Amino acid sequence: MLEVTNLHAKVADVENGEILRGLNMTVNPGEVHAIMGPNGGGKSTFANVLAGRTDYEVTGGDIKLDGESIIELAPDERSHKGIFLAFQYPAEIPGVRPWQFMKAALDAQKEARGEKKLSVREFSKLFDAKVKQVKINPDLMKRSLNEGFSGGEKKRNEMLQLATLEPRLAVLDETDSGLDVDAMRIVAESVNALRSPDRSFILVTHYNRLLHHIVPDVVHVLVKGQLVQTGGPELAVEIERDGYKRFMPEPAAAGA
Amino acid sequence: MTTAAISPTIAAYASEFAAVRASANSNSSSWLTSLRESAWAEFEKIGFPTTRRGNETWKYTDLGRLDRETFSRSFGEISLAEVKSAAPWSDDWQTAVVVDGKFVAGLSNNLSGAGVSVTELEASAAADEAVIKSALGQVAKVEGNAFVALNTALFSGGVFVNVAAGVETEQPVHIINIVTAGADNRASYPRTLVTAGANSKASVIESFINLSDGPQFVVPVIEVSLGEGSTVTHYRIQLENEKTIHLGTTRTVHPANAVFNSTSFATGPAIGRNDVHTLLAEPGAETTLHGLYITNGKSHQDNEISTTHEKPHGTSHQYYKGILAGKSRAVFSGRVVVKPGAMKTLAEQKDMNLMLSHGAEIDTKPSLEIYADDVKCAHGATAGHVDKNMLFYLMSRGVSRHDAAFMLVAGFAGEIVDEFQPAQVSEFLYKKLETIIPGLDSEGIL
Repeated sequence: MLEVTNLHAKVADVENGEILRGLNMTVNPGEVHAIMGPNGGGKSTFANVLAGRTDYEVTGGDIKLDGESIIELAPDERSHKGIFLAFQYPAEIPGVRPWQFMKAALDAQKEARGEKKLSVREFSKLFDAKVKQVKINPDLMKRSLNEGFSGGEKKRNEMLQLATLEPRLAVLDETDSGLDVDAMRIVAESVNALRSPDRSFILVTHYNRLLHHIVPDVVHVLVKGQLVQTGGPELAVEIERDGYKRFMPEPAAAGA
Repeated sequence: MTTAAISPTIAAYASEFAAVRASANSNSSSWLTSLRESAWAEFEKIGFPTTRRGNETWKYTDLGRLDRETFSRSFGEISLAEVKSAAPWSDDWQTAVVVDGKFVAGLSNNLSGAGVSVTELEASAAADEAVIKSALGQVAKVEGNAFVALNTALFSGGVFVNVAAGVETEQPVHIINIVTAGADNRASYPRTLVTAGANSKASVIESFINLSDGPQFVVPVIEVSLGEGSTVTHYRIQLENEKTIHLGTTRTVHPANAVFNSTSFATGPAIGRNDVHTLLAEPGAETTLHGLYITNGKSHQDNEISTTHEKPHGTSHQYYKGILAGKSRAVFSGRVVVKPGAMKTLAEQKDMNLMLSHGAEIDTKPSLEIYADDVKCAHGATAGHVDKNMLFYLMSRGVSRHDAAFMLVAGFAGEIVDEFQPAQVSEFLYKKLETIIPGLDSEGIL
């Protein structure tokens, strides 16, 4: 499904400072991959580059979805192809209601795929069911998107969007950070409910906490812009016990 | 003192006033005639304001066109169907229709409601002399204000909204001011007086609709005389064409515990000015002045929003938002004066601007002048561009760049638009936004 080869990326508009330096990864349909790693290793950059954030510039390599490069596609076009990013820090958007936003998003996706749009009534029914499913306070749906939402509510709202749009590849960028146990369970339930033979997940996380609730098929360790180790769920357990120390490069020799 | 030669354009207004004076003899109230005389004398004395140094309130708004172009009153015709399609309309509301500045009873609807009467101001001047004489020209004073003076001298008919003491209305009074198509360089002087009895509660919508595409000169004045403990909610909708000069004035005087809340939606004109002053003359008075201005092309919109706190325990909120595109320019000049002794005043001022182009310019200056202790005042202003993070967030869900930008701009506007009540009015404005926003010259953002 997803094939990342020798991916290099840096912050756009700056000369140096490559963050991803030759990242290789293959995700097959139905698989759940976890990407773990120390802060500053490039985890969030990778998640955002997958979704097409223009703050980053891809300087080498390729990202292929079903064999086709998506490097040149805008974020909305990637979304139409089934990529979804659950944001670490979802934007607060005044005056845009969650209902209205999701209706517009689903309409755009259906249109791009040549499918029939849902009527207002059909969509409302679907959306209400998803609101119940992720246990988000329905009153929030009348407010501006994410405005005045608590940290946990924002993450639930991301799960609501995930459940509503039903993407083929969902990338969760540190969705577990700052969550209490209940919110974490909601996130895990949302993901587990959507697991299917043709839907894949990439969970970007610093800790093993979330992986107690969502058991990944593959665990990668991302350090300094490269995947330095790949293994099964036991790798996450090992990291929880020993930290990232053994994956860190040797400190450069002291001297001039 | 300087004496300027009378310009040809001033001479044109003079001959108009001569006509008003000539027709006044028959059935007008003598006090109204003398009010017009003194207004005209004031206008002759001060003339149109200039941007010269020291004239702070006109610093950013150049009215040079008024020295070169002549505008005069003339009255077109319009059908009820055309009025209904141009402005929000409900048969449940009390609606006064003002065509090219003249009140037209035949197009109006439900004028005498329970506790609220809507009549022609001039025709009521004799019968309701006690009420009108103490308010007209007393709340909106002509001294030093060329446009209040011009309006007072030249208004045709006018609208008088009288809310009886203790009455609380469910339905609004809607005053639809329409400039008809068919003639250019028309001047119109819509005049409205609202008197609210003690402890009454009412809402007044003023719509300014321009059906012509030529240059026009629209000079409205609304003055609101509040009773003790009364609340008047005011909505002002200004939808102008890009050649028109629209200079509107809103004035209130508050006795104890009187509340005036006003929300404005302004877009379109070559030169627009929304000049609002609320005078909190007695303790416990309150005012909320909100507004949205959307400018595009070479449009210029000036917001002169001011409140004077004279007595303790007053509250004022000023909150304006601007959306600027093309080479347009907007001014927010917010002013709050807290007089000595106006203790326990609470005052807030905020102006937020969304800049859609590099050529657009905002001059924003919220200012507080505080001469009392023990007050709580805050002010602020911002100007920013469409937020890239927000755009990416919306697009990452599949919404196109154009639709995402539209949602952000409409969402920015929505906070003010949502205030317009009944809901039918905000729906009318959202419909307008659907054509206004995509038409903004935003250098590719939209």
